[in-house]
Parts: sequence; C-alpha cells; structure tokens
Amino acid sequence: MTAIYILWLRQLKRFIRTRSRIIGALGQPIIFLLAIGFGLNPIYQQAGGGNYIQFLAPGIIVMTVLFTSIFTGMEIIWDKQFGFLKETFVAPVPRWQILLGKVLGGASVAMIQGTLVFLITLIAGFRPIHWTSLPLAFIFLFLVAMLASAMGAAIAARLDDMQAFPLIFNFLVQPLFFLSGAIFPLKNLPWFLDILTKINPFSYGVDGLRYALSGVATFSPFLSAGVLGAVFLVMIGFGVYQFSKVQM
Amino acid sequence: MDSIIETKNLTKRYGDFSAVDDVSFEVQKGEIFAFLGPNGAGKTTTIKMLTTLLKPTHGQVFLNGHNVVENPDETRKSFGIVFQDPSLDNELTAYENMQFHAVLYGVPKAVYQKRIIDLLTLVELYDRRDSFVKNFSGGMKRRLEIARGLLHHPKILFLDEPTIGLDPQTRNHIWTYIHNLNKEEQVTIFFTTHHMDEVERIAQRVAIIDHGKIIIMGTIKEIIEKAGTNTLESAFIKLTGSNIREEEGNPRLNRMRINQRLMR
Repeated sequence: MTAIYILWLRQLKRFIRTRSRIIGALGQPIIFLLAIGFGLNPIYQQAGGGNYIQFLAPGIIVMTVLFTSIFTGMEIIWDKQFGFLKETFVAPVPRWQILLGKVLGGASVAMIQGTLVFLITLIAGFRPIHWTSLPLAFIFLFLVAMLASAMGAAIAARLDDMQAFPLIFNFLVQPLFFLSGAIFPLKNLPWFLDILTKINPFSYGVDGLRYALSGVATFSPFLSAGVLGAVFLVMIGFGVYQFSKVQM
Repeated sequence: MDSIIETKNLTKRYGDFSAVDDVSFEVQKGEIFAFLGPNGAGKTTTIKMLTTLLKPTHGQVFLNGHNVVENPDETRKSFGIVFQDPSLDNELTAYENMQFHAVLYGVPKAVYQKRIIDLLTLVELYDRRDSFVKNFSGGMKRRLEIARGLLHHPKILFLDEPTIGLDPQTRNHIWTYIHNLNKEEQVTIFFTTHHMDEVERIAQRVAIIDHGKIIIMGTIKEIIEKAGTNTLESAFIKLTGSNIREEEGNPRLNRMRINQRLMR
C-alpha cells in the first residue's frame, strides 16, 4: 500500500511544481465561462431557462476535472519516453497497485484544479444552493476524476508517443465533454443526441454535480453515482489488463 | 552450487529479425557474470526478457526459481537493475528519486535513510541531493541511476552498461562497492560493459553474444585460450569481428532509444 502512496505523492509533487500548467489549465474554463456563459445567458434567460451561469458552472467544473485527469493519465506516455515507467514496472509492486497509485494521483491533481475553477465560478456569480451539499459535490467530482484518470491511463498504457494525443482529445475527450449535458440541458433533444448523451458516463457526472450544487437533476443521484462507479470499475479492469500487456 | 538465472532456448523475434536467438545459459548463485557483445548483439533484449519487461517469442527463463513469464510478480522481488537508458524522474530531486525507489522496493525507512546518504556519498552527489535531476549533467544522472540500483540489496543485480560515460575514479568506486556487495551479501551480479578491464577485474565467468547467439562462454582464461590471443579485448575482437555495428532490430524500439538519448 505504501507503493500506492508514493506514486500518488509523486504525481502531486510534479503537479505543484509546474505552476505554468496549473495556470494554463485555468484558461479554457475561464473562456468557456466568459464567452459561452455570459454570451448565451441572455438568450437562455429569454427561453425561460433561468440563469445560464448557474446551469453552466457545474459543467465547466466537470470539464476541468475531465481534461486534467485525462492529461495526467497521458503522463504515462512521458514516463515511458523518459524511461521512468521501466523503473516502476520492474519494481516488486503488482501492476494494479501501480495503476491505482497513478489514477489516485491524477484524480487528486484534477480535484485541485476543479476546486480552483469552482472558486472562479463563484467570482463569476455562481452560487451553490446549499453550502452543506458541498461534500456531495466533491464525491461526484471525485468519481468523475477517478473515472477520467483511469480512462487516460488505460489508453496511454499502449501508446508510445504523444502523437496520438490530439486524436484522442478531439475524437474522444471533447465529444465526452460536449455530449455530457455540460452546456445544454438533456431534454427535448434529437433522438441521436438523446442516445449519445445517455450512454456517455460523464453525463451522469455532470448531472450528479448539478444535483449537488444547483438542486436540479435529470437522473436520480443514485443512478448517477452508480453509473460512474460501475464504469470506473470496468475502466480499472481494462487498465490493469492493458498494463499487463505493456512490453518495453 | 545452484543456478539462480537459467534460460532455455530463449528467443525474441521482431518479424524476420531475431534479436535473441536460441540462447541457453545458467548463472550460479553468488556469481559475477559478464554478458558481452558488440552493439546490437542482443544484450539489452536478453536483459529485458530476464527482468519481465519483454515477453520472449519462445523459450523459458527462470530467476531465483521463478518462471519469469508465468510469475512476474514473484520474479520482481528477486532482482534489481541499472538500465542502459535513463530512467530517472527529472522533475524530482536526487533524494526523491532514491526515496521513491526505496519505498517501491519496500526498504524500511531506517535502512533507506542511512543507505541513501551512503550511496549518494559514494557517487559524490550528496551535496546535490536536493537538486532537481533535470539540472544534472549526463554523468551525474548516470551516477544517480547506479546509486539507486544499489539501494535495495536484491538477490540478483542486473547492470546494463552501468559505467557508460563515467570517469575512471567513479568507475573504480562503483565496482569496488559492487564487488563488496557480492562478497558480503552474496548478491549475484549480471552485467554488460564495453570496458574489458572491468570484466577482467571482477567477472568470474563471461559469455559473449553476437547476432543474438552466444558464441562462447567460460572463464576469462578459457576464452583467451580458445581464441588464441593474449588479452580479453583481442579475444573479443577476434571472435566478433572487427566491423563496426549498426544497432538494428525493432525500429520502434530504436526510435524510442534515440529519443531517450536526445533527452538525456
């Protein structure tokens, strides 16, 4: 278990030491909040949707956690190129522990980043309905972070360089975000969008967080937590399998 | 004496190319074994198969009684390795790299705290223990890698060209330490090098591999006698030819190797 701890600690140290990355990762959510949040707010209100910032903020927080987690998962490719993954893989530590340490580290980093963006949404005028529901919000955020980190790690395990990263980002990560109900409500959608959003596990993350922070939800929070937990377990299983196949 | 490393018909193919071709040998417990060969002969590929990083195309490997392919987790408890290519975390300090290794290998805190100091002193990096590895020169990184490899005292220690790029003073310190480790804790040493003086200094038995096949194995004296030369170096050249080798083989691995060299 100490192996999981030291892997987690390493991720955290590396994150805290790269301030440019911390600040850089805040750029995108701020633009989303400014351009889409304030830009679409008038139209959203005219359509009777209420305050759009109030709707969008949980989606932007999930976006931050999702992107940061995936990226941290992808750091495995760096470890491979710098040879550090070899050092970890010949150690007498079962691969599932290595994976779990990395996923926990990636998730923790994403949680910090998500919390920073949460503070920014507060500045932008977002208000949670009850401050007491914050612990629940963090539970949903943690589930999203763990799931996304596990996904990033499982994909990265079999890649040799970062050249495939844009492909994964544009054809997997971006769709997962845009088709998650982060920026539009999951109702009255065309049938194909309805299906796509419902099979996207991150829809349940956004919805769960929105339930905790704004009190509105499309799905039951138990269903959301259940889906996130179940897909996480599947992804960890897949990741362990991928890790066991890595050849160097 | 019992063998602690055993390979049977070990083979690794990439398409038509055999990086390692039907290699069988045994290394005895407590032995110092030199595994020599020109660049691209198959040394590193063999070590990767011995250390669970690469699956053989066919053949078997046993390390400390464990079947490496079937039981990698148990195998990993038996050995330590200093890689040929860099494998440090540049974003951590020298001390943190050491500590990470110690914790992963389950070395108790009281033991690793003292040992890290001793080893960093040995490789003359103690003053730089809190510097980030990214600010180290190539030689300093190499020294740190060796210190890290010696941190937990395994049953078998693999050293893949450990002294590449080091000055004679440091090489001397390091081989003395390794020799003592072998004498005092009966650690089996399996190493590769291009410095024949290092082989003559500590190796008890030598194997020379070329084009993926072992061409000769025995004590230094036996090899020199069979080759009919005066020194190990001339025996080596006589047996493997005097042409300079290109490293070939798996283009994917070679590209990664080149990347790693550039980043060092």
